[in-house]
Amino acid sequence: MSLSAVRVSARSGESQRAKWLTIGVFLLPALALFLTFVVYPVISAARYSLYKWDGLQPLTDFVGTKNYETAFASDLFIHSIQNNFLIIALSLTIQIPFSLMLATLLNRRFPGRAVFRLLFFLPYVLSEAITGIIFLLMLQPSGSDDYFTALMKNFGLGGFVQDWLGDTTFVMVTLFVVISWKYFGFHMIILLAGLQGIPREIEEAAFIDGAGRWQAFRHVTLPLLGPTLRVSVFLSMIGAVQLFDMVWVMTRGGPLDATDTMAVSLFYAGYIDHHVGYGSAMAVILFLFGLVLSLAYLRFVLRRDVEGAVTAFNA
Amino acid sequence: MDTTAEDRTVETPVGPAVGRRVRIGRPRVSWPTGIDIPYILRYIILLAVAAAILLPLVYGVLGGAKTNQQLVGDPVSLIPAPWTVSNYTDVLFGPSSPDFWQQLLNSLMVAAVAVSFTVIAASLAAFTFARMVFRGREAIYTFFVMGLLFPAAVAILPLFILLRQLDLNGSLLGVALPEAAFGLPLSIIILRPFFKSIPVELEDAAKIDGCSNFGFLWRVLLPLSRPALATVSVLAFVGSWNAFMLPLIILDNANTWTLPLGVMNFQGQYTSDKALVLAYTVTAAIPAVVFYFFAERQLVGGLTGGAVKG
Repeated sequence: MSLSAVRVSARSGESQRAKWLTIGVFLLPALALFLTFVVYPVISAARYSLYKWDGLQPLTDFVGTKNYETAFASDLFIHSIQNNFLIIALSLTIQIPFSLMLATLLNRRFPGRAVFRLLFFLPYVLSEAITGIIFLLMLQPSGSDDYFTALMKNFGLGGFVQDWLGDTTFVMVTLFVVISWKYFGFHMIILLAGLQGIPREIEEAAFIDGAGRWQAFRHVTLPLLGPTLRVSVFLSMIGAVQLFDMVWVMTRGGPLDATDTMAVSLFYAGYIDHHVGYGSAMAVILFLFGLVLSLAYLRFVLRRDVEGAVTAFNA
Repeated sequence: MDTTAEDRTVETPVGPAVGRRVRIGRPRVSWPTGIDIPYILRYIILLAVAAAILLPLVYGVLGGAKTNQQLVGDPVSLIPAPWTVSNYTDVLFGPSSPDFWQQLLNSLMVAAVAVSFTVIAASLAAFTFARMVFRGREAIYTFFVMGLLFPAAVAILPLFILLRQLDLNGSLLGVALPEAAFGLPLSIIILRPFFKSIPVELEDAAKIDGCSNFGFLWRVLLPLSRPALATVSVLAFVGSWNAFMLPLIILDNANTWTLPLGVMNFQGQYTSDKALVLAYTVTAAIPAVVFYFFAERQLVGGLTGGAVKG
């Protein structure tokens, strides 16, 4: 080996080291944060779920899958799961079609369009706490009829009045409406962007072929909107699976546990009652539901759909 | 975001005139998609939805300008008669103001720390994913991306235990750090393609001029990436500002409450003073609403950016 060749390889080895050093230093802050506060806690939840643990004593009382058995034998927890799925079902059948309808209406140029769009999306930036408290004060009787009841009676709709937050069967509907109030604009914005990405020529071609407005929408626009719609559906599901904030602010899971969700149950068990092991088992079950939804999603959709679309839902 | 899209729409429509009503006077606007709903009906629907969005907001704002007697005595009418400002002045300058300003400050501090940590860490990481070639790059990137597919509620109990062990329980930093961590995946996903799109010639030129990797990132890439950085910051800010479950579990001392916790607890404390609670809640909403009107473009851009690429 000639002297110059040795020198070259030494230099490239040096630059290799420098490269890896740069990569290491640049990745360190993100990896440290992510591993410490996201990955480690999720793994810990799985570990804690196998113990009976109050969160304070040493972690010694290994109970295997007993926490999971307790969870699935608990009517309360099963009811929580049902509530999560009720919200998913209502979101998919009502909230998203509604958002799609509004997106279609706004996908035209007409006076006032920008104002409507700005207004419909506004609730998204209001916190669940603020949204929840305002609705709570509108729906809770205080000395006289609550605002909605009074309003409906005023319009002669007194027969439709419900005990909005007190009726154990109706209260989930109330919560769903409040959640939709906050989030339909978010789905509308995503779907509107999707609609605007569809070239008009394609639909015009359908018209030339003799399709009516509805036919063109159903057979041309809707399939082309598919990827965007799937993002919307996925975000809606993943949000509903971990529903907590709005429930906690408005009902604390009540009345009579009627509005418990998985996250509310795990919060009661793990944080309020100090059954960290049991609460963690519920967290793992919640995780698995999220995972199944995610995998089902990834199975159908490429990763590029998710990029840039998944949001503060997860934070 | 849609001015260019709108400009195209005034073109004359193509398509068969047979069987289609041609409106005279107004140029027919044919948008790419949409069911043809008569003009008036469209406005009726949109105005009804707008009313449904506005009603709770108006109820809150005007309810805060009433007395409790007015709220109880006439639950239907929205307009206060006469107007009362004492609830709002109470929140801003009166007995409730120390709580309010403290919570505002706490929210701002948590958001400032969370946003800066997310943006700094995500920029550095996105730089390696976008502009360096190394083994395992895609694997690590995917590892981060996976972070956003899973519910954050799963981590909440272990986070509580972990932060207690780190002695961060009850501290604002204990809320900001996990928020920063949970904000990373989305930030990296938004920044990476942006960093990638900066031409390699610029990098070569910078390197020839003696820039290190960090120098290139700091002097060239980040200044050029301001729109993407703004989007990432806005999204991280909204996430932190509205965060509820984590602060609820970590911030046990009333002095450290952020605005969402403050609003909820204020309502619990003053259940009999509905008008004051409304004033407090509405005042607490103002920063987010103001922020929204300034940052709506970044917010919408960030949320819809990738959703429509498919």
